[in-house]
Formats: sequence, structure tokens, C-alpha cells
Amino acid sequence: MQLFNELKTLGYKHIKADKKANEKIPSGIWLACPKCHQSFYHKDLGLYQVCPNCEYGFRIKARERLAWLVDEFNEDDAALKTKDPLDFPDYDKKLEKARQNTGLNDSVLTGTAKIAGELLSLGIMDPNFIMGSMGTITGEKITRLFKRATRKNLPVVLFTASGGARMQEGIFSLMQMAKISQAVQEHSHAGLLYITVLTDPTTGGVTASFAMQGDIILAEPRALVGFAGKRVIEQTTHQKVPNELQDAETVLDHGFIDAIVPRKEMKKKLAWLLKFHNEGTVANG
Amino acid sequence: MASFLEKKKTAAQIVANARNAEKVSAQELLAGVFDDFLELHGDRLSDDDAAIIGGVAHFEGKPVTVILTNKGKSAEERLRTHFGCPEPSGYRKSLRLIKQAEKFKRPVVTFVNTAGAYPGQSAEENGQGEAIARNLLEISSIKVPVIAVIYGEGGSGGALALACGDAVWMFENSMYSVLSPEGFAAILWKDSSRADEAAEIMKLTPEKLLEQKIIDGIIPEPRSHKRLFKGVKRVLHEELEKYQKLSVSELVEKRQQRFQRF
Repeated sequence: MQLFNELKTLGYKHIKADKKANEKIPSGIWLACPKCHQSFYHKDLGLYQVCPNCEYGFRIKARERLAWLVDEFNEDDAALKTKDPLDFPDYDKKLEKARQNTGLNDSVLTGTAKIAGELLSLGIMDPNFIMGSMGTITGEKITRLFKRATRKNLPVVLFTASGGARMQEGIFSLMQMAKISQAVQEHSHAGLLYITVLTDPTTGGVTASFAMQGDIILAEPRALVGFAGKRVIEQTTHQKVPNELQDAETVLDHGFIDAIVPRKEMKKKLAWLLKFHNEGTVANG
Repeated sequence: MASFLEKKKTAAQIVANARNAEKVSAQELLAGVFDDFLELHGDRLSDDDAAIIGGVAHFEGKPVTVILTNKGKSAEERLRTHFGCPEPSGYRKSLRLIKQAEKFKRPVVTFVNTAGAYPGQSAEENGQGEAIARNLLEISSIKVPVIAVIYGEGGSGGALALACGDAVWMFENSMYSVLSPEGFAAILWKDSSRADEAAEIMKLTPEKLLEQKIIDGIIPEPRSHKRLFKGVKRVLHEELEKYQKLSVSELVEKRQQRFQRF
């Protein structure tokens, strides 16, 4: 028994679509948020490239972030060239593609910047450069960033986005975790401020080193923050892992993040924090 | 040493040997290398992780702090230690004992045999990343020598957190890598059964790592435990003497130079 008479109801059968017209419609007009799965018109993504529904910040290139974050920027160490310590098959091709795609020499952009009049050392990792993985040059650039900041008495703000260690550079990638940690410690002992901003995704060796070493740890809404990958956890423990386990909001609930800051408020919040720490101490001077 | 150079093993053989269940255990090392040992439990926050054994001991009559990863021998023990993969509380216990060693000016010796930090839901919730990050940060400026010996698997950040001190030695049959050969093969060729090939590319054997100066030396692994312990003691004796002679600033400076090379 049918509820409706098929012939009288407007259905796909009655619409004669020109298949050639379909090809003329460009893709990417409608986007879906990977976190809340809401669809929206691409122009609603806006300057900050965030989901209009849940404020999740889409993965963006380091230079795109720079455009709305700072007032002035002087790039450092742009000429350092990545080595290939393992003679890894086709690694050079992969690097070349990533360089062209991001306009960076490795997965982090570093330099000296000004935000609302406050001078700082700034690092922005780029998730488009081999998943923001940490190679030797990534490590070297971040180490130099901290050393320069220590020398010049500047605070450091670092935006993290990384899949973790770079497999193609093997154990050398792992050593960067220790190398950067030393530079962070030196900077910290000099009494200087270090703010990390965890963006989607911050995982593996980056979470297990400089991402979690900030004096203040901020995160973007719904950014993935974790140590082990979800698949690895499920394979090891043979248990289903809740989807939101590694959402920044959950990590905050467990006490490892200071605050979640939406992209459109990021500049203002950072400016406030930088200024706040520049006011000088009043106690026991 | 000569016998080690004579029979050349493939990387895959070394991986298999490093993971061998018959491998010398943390408890055997404690009994064989140190005069005595008092275990100190807990991270003073919430937990006591069975995958990390820590405590104080005499080495050749002198006080040291010892930290070992523990795979466990029996099936129950292995489940309890997650087959030697520490929880965040393990790294926090380890750091607590290293800070204690710094206060009382005694050197630290670590023995590492872990496939990596435990990847589980509880570990994520308790901040595995933060626990390792804190170890790396604090140990970089600790004012006493920290000597590490990798005696089986040295897996990724979970091993580095205990091997980021002044010197790292490896047993002849041990490995040290950024991820497992299986994981490497799975990512590279989408086929984890090609792990043997991956092991070769990854340069994870003691010999290759020594060539790259990632580690400081190799400890031969004869069948007899007695001879093995003798070798370990000789290395610890030399390294402790070498690093205890330095002033605090020289020690920290040297440790930093060690990693700045990479």
C-alpha cells in the first residue's frame, strides 16, 4: 500500500537535469564543519575561517593566520634547508611540494612581531606542511626563536599545529623535543613569558614537548589536542574511544589548558596578556 | 666488543632480540648492578605506576637514584604495567625522584625498556603529553648527572623522557626509534608486515645510532648475566666519574650542547 500516488508526487523522476550543468558548478560552495557536521555557505567561513555554528577553527596556512594576527612581522631563518638524514625515499619531492604549498622552508614560520604595540617573538606552525610534523629544521627554527627571545628579553607566542614527529627524519626528529625543551627552560629561567596556542591538530611529540610547556596554554575551540592518535588508542586498548576525548574543551576540563579562545578574539586576548605581563611586578621588588 | 663486531646482525634480528621475553628484567638489573635498593612509590598526586620502578640505591658504595621501566614477568604483572608502557603518573613519579636526587646531590641512573608511553584513554585524560613535556623541560636543567641505559626497546617520546640527560648507552640487542617498525611500515607502505624492511631504513640499531652520535656507546650483551652486569657497572662507573667531576654549570652546559647538535 502506498501513501502517495507516485505519479502525482514531484520526485527525482520528474526533474530533467542537464548533467553538463552540474559540471559547471564549482565545488566548495557548500562546506561542512568536520566537528559539528553542519553545512554552510563558503562565504560564511569568513576572514577567520571558522565554522559559523560551533566556532571550530579550520586548518589554515601559517601566512594566512599571520595576516589577521599581527601589525608588523619580520621573518627569521627563512633560508634554513631541511636535511635528509635517513636518505628517505622520495622525501625531497614531498618537501618541495610542501614548500610550494605553504611558502615556508619547513613546518613553522618564525620571526619578530608586533601585536597592538607589544613586541614579541612569534612562531606559527603550518598544518599544511607534511601535517605540521616536526623535522630537524622545525626544531632548529623554534630553538632559535627561543634563544633570540631570551637574548632580546621578549615574550614568545607559539601557535602549535602538528601531527607529531616527522617519520622521514627518524630519531633526529625525536631529538628536537629535547633540544627545544632546553631553549624553553632557558627562556623561562630568564623570567620571560611563554604563551602557547593549541590549534587543530596538536598531537604526539609536539604535545609531549613545547606545546605543554607554556606559562599560559590557550586553545582554539574544538581543536584536537592529544598525545596518541585515536586509532592507536583503540587498537591498543580494544575499546571504543569517545569522539570528544581529545577536544580542547575536554582537555581543559581535565586541567591541561588555561582557556579556549575563539579566533576572532585571539588578537585582543594576546594583546591583553602581553601587556599584562609587561606592567612590571609590584611584589618584593 | 670483538665478538659483537664479528657476527653482524640485521636490524630485524636486533628488533626481535630487543623485544625478547627472556631479556634481562628490571628486577634482575637492580639486583645485579646495585649493592642494595629501596623502592620509593608514587607520584604524590594521584597514583603509583607499576611500569616505572624508582628508588634509591648504592652503586659501588655511593648513593644514587635509580629509575627503571618495568615490563613485568608474569601475565598479571604485564597487564598491570601495560607491557612496560608508563602512564603519566609514571613520568611524574620519575620526575619527583629526579628532583629529589637533585636536592640531595646524588646522580641519577635510568634503565629504559619501553615500546613507548601508554596510549590509552586514561593516559590521555591524565595528560600524557604534559607529563613527558615536563620531564624534558625539568631534566634539561637538573643539577646532577643523569645517565640512561636503553636495555631493550627505546620507543619514542616515552623513552626520551627518561633518556634526555647527559649520556645514553644502549645494550647490544636494543633499539631506539621515533616509532615502531610496524607503525613505520604501515604509514610508508600501508603494510605493517614489512616491518623488517622498515627496521633497516630507520637506522634504529645501536651501531647506526652510535655512528650518528645519538648515543654514547654500546654495552655488549653476553649470555651470562654476571658478565653483562660487569659491563654495565664498568660503563656506569666511568660515566658517573666523568660527569661528577664537572661543576654544575659545566654539566648543564655540556648537556645542552649534546642536544643542540641535532
